[in-house]
Amino acid sequence: MTEMLSYDFMQRALLAAVLVGVTAPAVGIYLVQRRQALMGDGMGHVAMTGVGLGFIFQTSPVWTAVLVCVVGAVTMELVRSRGNQRGDIALAMLFYGGMACGKLLVSKSAQAGAGSLESYLWGSILTVSPADLATIAALGAVVIAVTLGLRRQLFAICQDEDFAKVTGVPVRLLNLLLAVMAAVTVTVAMRVVGLLLVSALMVVPVAAAQQLTRSFAATQAGAIAVGVIVALAGVTGSYQLDVPSGPAIVLLAIAVFALFSAIAAPLARRRHRGTPEAGPQVCDVRLPDPQQSGDTAPERTAPLAPGRADALSPAPGAGLAQ
Amino acid sequence: MTPPTPPAVRLHDAVASRGGRPVLRGVDLTVRPGEVVALLGANGSGKSTTVKAVTGAVPLERGGLELFGTPLARFRAWHRIGYVPQRTTAASGVPATVREVVATGRLPLHRLLPLRRADRAAVDRALAAVGMLDRARDGVGDLSGGQQQRVLIARALAGAPDLLIMDEPMAGVDAASQQVLADTLRAEVARGAAVLLVLHELGPLEPLIDRAVVLRDGCVAHDGPPVPNTGLHALPGHDHVHPHADHGHDHERIRGLLS
Repeated sequence: MTEMLSYDFMQRALLAAVLVGVTAPAVGIYLVQRRQALMGDGMGHVAMTGVGLGFIFQTSPVWTAVLVCVVGAVTMELVRSRGNQRGDIALAMLFYGGMACGKLLVSKSAQAGAGSLESYLWGSILTVSPADLATIAALGAVVIAVTLGLRRQLFAICQDEDFAKVTGVPVRLLNLLLAVMAAVTVTVAMRVVGLLLVSALMVVPVAAAQQLTRSFAATQAGAIAVGVIVALAGVTGSYQLDVPSGPAIVLLAIAVFALFSAIAAPLARRRHRGTPEAGPQVCDVRLPDPQQSGDTAPERTAPLAPGRADALSPAPGAGLAQ
Repeated sequence: MTPPTPPAVRLHDAVASRGGRPVLRGVDLTVRPGEVVALLGANGSGKSTTVKAVTGAVPLERGGLELFGTPLARFRAWHRIGYVPQRTTAASGVPATVREVVATGRLPLHRLLPLRRADRAAVDRALAAVGMLDRARDGVGDLSGGQQQRVLIARALAGAPDLLIMDEPMAGVDAASQQVLADTLRAEVARGAAVLLVLHELGPLEPLIDRAVVLRDGCVAHDGPPVPNTGLHALPGHDHVHPHADHGHDHERIRGLLS
């Protein structure tokens, strides 16, 4: 373990993992809230064109991916906000076009065939260079500042956009900001989890955390905690077992989700036991016997439990579970 | 002498279309402070579009809109408006507590700044007004439909608005929540707020309503005191009832209604 930490590349990989573990769920929670959980997937596909451009021009694929991904995300947001009925088709064009274009560009570049695209698709801890880490840190800091600092505003637009528009909050600006943050996160996470699995780290920690939480703030905090833990554990496992980091991280995240789902029901039951119940313990209201006439029914039921009168005519507020 | 208070809403000759289809064909609507106005009409008559036009969500192709005497283009005082959109649920893809949802009603007073302690007190007051204070820490997804509607009303009340706009607040709401809604409206009007309600039928809110505006095919067909029993006749199959009917097939039904 300590031997692992003595390598520069592992230090960089672990730092990158922490950044990705925080940023991906921090942004992803808003996408999940808006039921756009697969949006990150689409952006990952679009980012491949950016990586291809980086290969062609022999510059850092991280920056070209950021540019292309931001353009793609803004396009997706505009299609979404228009409420276009053919919106899903437009998005499909964008996703598949991005992926095809990326592969084509890479195959035409000088590094073609070296399997170099592979490391961007599945994540590779060995390839996080010092320059990459600086970029990831700078972009990650911006994403964290926006997603945590504007939590209430972003929560409002994702919870109920119709309402948010009438509050005078700059809804369109915040929507675009969120789309750009998601795009930046995809590229930040690209080196660690890979483009094909980046969406998983945006969605699965959120899905895991919300098995156990009731509030948005707790879900976001929990998702970030899960994200950091699985990212660190995944990178470590990747080093120890010599497997790609992306799949290791994602499988760990899914394992956490499965664990949280399994303990969610017993936990909820325990939490419930602490609060007194307003309703009756059992259903003790006797319905009048349809065989009997209206006159005799009350006599039949009269000698029942003393609380019968209450049970038959509940107080007006009884249905409110107060 | 103080100048007369401008109406909370003044929609004048509003023309709007959605998806290329004309929906409003010249609607006039005025809501004054302290007044409860019900917007009635059949499905597709333009009720919801009118409300969306009032909130600025649907642009007008012709006509004008003034909110508190300010034209929409220059209107910035969104904190004066409390809006309850037409929804069946307050839940979304991620759990959220009742308090978190209601707190978004305070955002208009802050825009991009964080919330403060005074906001917490305002959220408590709004929750107490709809009888949901004891559920503040519960998840909205765990509530019944009527309770979720009360949460959405509390969210609109949290900013102490001068104009309350509710789109079908009675849809899928149990008797207890209807009572809460009626009490809330009474308290808001007593405070001097204006209320604009979209309703499918007058129903139990009828005694509270000062004026009913009935829409038909994107035009105002009635603007005046609520017609008794409009509720019954606003049900599907009785959609075309209004006192100013000028179509032959309506006259008999109107006569029956007024007799």
